[in-house]
Amino acid sequence: MKTIWIITKRELNSFFDSLIAYIMIILFLGFSGFFTWISGSDIFMVGQASLRSFFSIAYWTLFFFIPALTMRLIAEEKKSGTIEMLLTKAVTDKQVILGKYLATLILIIIALCFTLPYVITISRIGNLDAGETICGYLALILMSAAYTSIGLFSSSITNNQIVAFLSALFIGLFFHIIFEVIAGGMKGLLGQVINSLSVPVHFESLTRGVVDSKDLIYFGSIIFMGLFLAEVSLSKRNAYNQ
Amino acid sequence: MDIVIENLTKKYGNQKAVDNISLKVATGEILGFLGPNGAGKTTTMKIITNFIAADEGKVYIGGKSLSENPYEIKKHIGYLSENNPLYQDMPVIDFLNFCASIQGIENSRIPGRVAEMIKTTGLNREKHKKIGELSKGYQQRVGLAQAIIHNPEILILDEPTSGLDPNQIAEIRKLIRELGREKTVILSTHILPEVEATCDRIFIINKGKIVADGTAETLRKQAQGSDILRVKIEDGEADQIFKSLQSLKSVSMVEFTDRKLNRFNIHCSTEEVKREIFRLCVNKNWVLTELTPFETKLEDIFRDLTMN
Repeated sequence: MKTIWIITKRELNSFFDSLIAYIMIILFLGFSGFFTWISGSDIFMVGQASLRSFFSIAYWTLFFFIPALTMRLIAEEKKSGTIEMLLTKAVTDKQVILGKYLATLILIIIALCFTLPYVITISRIGNLDAGETICGYLALILMSAAYTSIGLFSSSITNNQIVAFLSALFIGLFFHIIFEVIAGGMKGLLGQVINSLSVPVHFESLTRGVVDSKDLIYFGSIIFMGLFLAEVSLSKRNAYNQ
Repeated sequence: MDIVIENLTKKYGNQKAVDNISLKVATGEILGFLGPNGAGKTTTMKIITNFIAADEGKVYIGGKSLSENPYEIKKHIGYLSENNPLYQDMPVIDFLNFCASIQGIENSRIPGRVAEMIKTTGLNREKHKKIGELSKGYQQRVGLAQAIIHNPEILILDEPTSGLDPNQIAEIRKLIRELGREKTVILSTHILPEVEATCDRIFIINKGKIVADGTAETLRKQAQGSDILRVKIEDGEADQIFKSLQSLKSVSMVEFTDRKLNRFNIHCSTEEVKREIFRLCVNKNWVLTELTPFETKLEDIFRDLTMN
């Protein structure tokens, strides 16, 4: 556990030292702030004290920002060779994966914390539903956690950051839209199965203020699969072919 | 801790990078690992440090199998890899702190240990600079510092002195010698005098196979077969000297190296020959101005073994 935290701290420092963290936070706040408050079809149109429009905008901004954060995590170390220096120290592949994962997730949560003034503002204007708001943030965090793990896996399969970015977007796109579209044109069990693989289905059910174990299991499984595959792909170099 | 390698084989595609190598390195021994480019040195080192796995064969470190206890064993290994990859955007001192803590050094001991490493490797003036801003030689020092920061029992150094200036090379060699007193060291290099200066034993591989294993002395003996003496005799007729030398009992062959200056190479089998030559010169009233044993250079041995 201590080793994971050491790696997390280094990754977080590296995010902030390389300005990636600041750029990410400013862009995220800029985009979601603009579309939430200024763009026209914004929070005031609804006429309700609700953060739903912010959640649906963050749903898209995070989708694009997360691959940009995760793309360098492993691909860069593979390219520069530092992965060799890191993995020959007293660490396991799993600790490296988890450390890097945690660092990215913490950065995203920091960015989300900067939107707390939105909550305070709205709650002063009208009667904000606390449960719904908390669930909305929970949904954003769970979704980010899922896409971060997909991004980490994409970064582990290549040593080119652009490839890592694009493949993370590509895989993410299936969960984000494509499954929903496919399921829309299908009936029966298969349609239901594909529909239940789609992120928006689970995201919306959470933002409505309902915490269902199905949704938690859904996001949990994506996170687990992403991290598991990332570890497998990192350990491939060291597989005993006997 | 000792290192035992048994029948190690590693293939990249169809090419065997390492071909059935077995090797034992005793505790406290400094092993010089030689070979031309692409001989399999780096691959072997990557296997010992558990970065990549062998296709066949086993590595035992301190009696434990590396493939079964990689995590335990890695704690005792310090590794400086070939291209010395480091986090370029980290300041030296932060990087060493990171390395120290990830190697499991207690928090209270880290500042002391890092300061010690900075002193040992002479990085004091550069410690707050980012690693990417340092020259190659200084980066090499950082690489060495990160390899020895946790006081490992085994040191694997892949070309540790590359990119250093002659003063630094001398310092690093001295450091390796000191470390080698209690640690097991494997070091690879292309600089042959370096091996003689630092290593107890030399191990040469070529195309993934072992071609030589032993001390510099034994390798020389093997390569030469017989001893060679370089002799220069003055105040005599060249041909007469040549004949007289050839008639000596323990001389197997005499060859001219320079007819005008009366220089010869004498191949011989016993130590007695030096006395015989001396007596011969005294009897004939010649002046013996040079009598030196000729040492085959390590370069020549290396070329003999690896050029084919």
